[in-house]
Amino acid sequence: MTLDRTTTVRPAVTTDPGPRPPSRRVSPGQWASQSLTMAWRSIVQIKHNPSELLDLSIQPIMFVLLFTFVFGGAIGGSTDAYLQFALGGLIAQNALFLTIYTATGLATDLQKGTFDRFRSLPIARSAPLSGRILGDVLRQLWSLVVLLAVGVLLGFRITTSPLAVVAAFGLLVAFTLAFSWTSVLLGVLARDPEKVQIYGFTVLFPLTFASNAFAPTQTMPGWLQAWVSINPVTRMADALRGLLVGGPVAANAVATLLWGVAFAAVFGPLAVWALRTRT
Amino acid sequence: MTLSDPSGTVESVPPAIEADGLVKRFGATTALAGASFSATEGTVLGVLGPNGAGKTTATRVLATLLAPDEGRGLVGGYDVVAEPHRVRTLIGLTGQYAGVDEALTGTENLVLIARLLGQGRAASRRRAAELLAQFGLTDAAGRAARTYSGGMRRRLDLAASLVGRPRILFLDEPTTGLDPASRNELWDMVRTLTDDGVTVLLTTQYLEEADQLADDIVVIDRGTVVATGTPRDLKARAGAAVLQMRPTQPEQLDAVRRVAAELAGTEPTVEQGTVAVPAVDDALMPAVVRRLDDVGVSLAELTLRRATLDEVFLALTGHRAVEDDQDTEILKETA
Repeated sequence: MTLDRTTTVRPAVTTDPGPRPPSRRVSPGQWASQSLTMAWRSIVQIKHNPSELLDLSIQPIMFVLLFTFVFGGAIGGSTDAYLQFALGGLIAQNALFLTIYTATGLATDLQKGTFDRFRSLPIARSAPLSGRILGDVLRQLWSLVVLLAVGVLLGFRITTSPLAVVAAFGLLVAFTLAFSWTSVLLGVLARDPEKVQIYGFTVLFPLTFASNAFAPTQTMPGWLQAWVSINPVTRMADALRGLLVGGPVAANAVATLLWGVAFAAVFGPLAVWALRTRT
Repeated sequence: MTLSDPSGTVESVPPAIEADGLVKRFGATTALAGASFSATEGTVLGVLGPNGAGKTTATRVLATLLAPDEGRGLVGGYDVVAEPHRVRTLIGLTGQYAGVDEALTGTENLVLIARLLGQGRAASRRRAAELLAQFGLTDAAGRAARTYSGGMRRRLDLAASLVGRPRILFLDEPTTGLDPASRNELWDMVRTLTDDGVTVLLTTQYLEEADQLADDIVVIDRGTVVATGTPRDLKARAGAAVLQMRPTQPEQLDAVRRVAAELAGTEPTVEQGTVAVPAVDDALMPAVVRRLDDVGVSLAELTLRRATLDEVFLALTGHRAVEDDQDTEILKETA
């Protein structure tokens, strides 16, 4: 982010008022307004692409229904008991799937030249990215609301407090924002929005399914348990369960956030480097 | 440009766009190998060259999208590397690769740019409506840009680059892929802009386009400027028109070639039973016809046509304007 707080020094004696030279940098206020405008764009895109709204709504609903009624009895003994266990996992999995939109959006902008258009404008260099991220947070919020609403309709009981639900959303956003850097890198490298889907799902499917999102860790073979117990999806799912239906939160939340820091530390610089090299 | 007045003092008017020894390499490929040129304020500079010549790279460097490895670019007096933000406040970019958001409507695309430039909500909508009307897109204003035809999309793209009323406009192959009617419309729009004093840098592969729009032309090949001048200069040097003749009897091809060579003063090219020679002088065609008639050669075909870029290149550089696929690939990758 290039924010400049210094003011331009003007000559003490002005003989010719003339046109004022354009400013060198973007002010923090301008940066905020440009990011909001970019976020607006990211939301308006959904309006014109109803399939994305379906993805954002139908897909999570479908997952909840399938897992609860198809696997619920077998895994959890009863669909009710399973839903109490699985909804946290479904929320975590869905949140990770949503980060794909960061990659497809960016790949599309790069491919169509929209990104170049933005870069030729006198706006903050980071505004296209910060705006997209803000839009992605709103997508996360929407999906969380849909998932919780469907869950509650099917009998899911939030046994904690509204504050804990807010904390759950906060944790979700914090982790997915950090994790989004993998998606930014993917979007820059893929060059083609179609490819993003393939790459994305070959990574995200194993990552989210090889976790305790849908089944308890103890039921898995030992070699898998070793991975599942440290998988960030497991730790986030457990933290979300704790925040929604009670149970240990602190250790899992800290582990989730540490994973987030690790993802951001590795993929953040890589993504920025890729974006610089590419453009 | 340097103007001297009678009193002997020299007043220097800085060019709106100045490229000074620009070098840009992509790995082993040199896209720009020391290109220098400048555009006077309020004029159209045509940058003419084949695919892979370095036109897009030069545009991207001057539009602050790409840092040069060597050399200097000045736009509106500001260095494109040292003060990119100031340059961006002055320029508009419409390119092969500078696109609109196809998921958004025409109005939304323009409002987006206006809002990013700091205009208020109402002012942004007004500016969008104004530009859509100017570019004949009012009826399509509420439709997603992905439903637009190629010509409409290009017009919306040009409108988007004009939202901030730039003083300097970069048009990177604005008519590539357009049908002739859309191309003519776009040409008219560019003329309107220059009437308002906007400086335009236009890259093109078409001699005709440069001829129609440009005040000055630089011909660029393999990353360097190989010729500079007004369209009239270059046409005089390269032969803007080509006289093409096909004898009725193929065995008379050599006779046609000899007559053409003698009257035009240069060696014609002979290809597929046709003799082609640059027609610098309007009197060439009637002279050739008379002479061929005298020696008893009848022609099946006689055409006076515009020179292709390839022929201009051959005349100016001594080699053909080969389309280098590898360079094109690299441009795409770096775009």
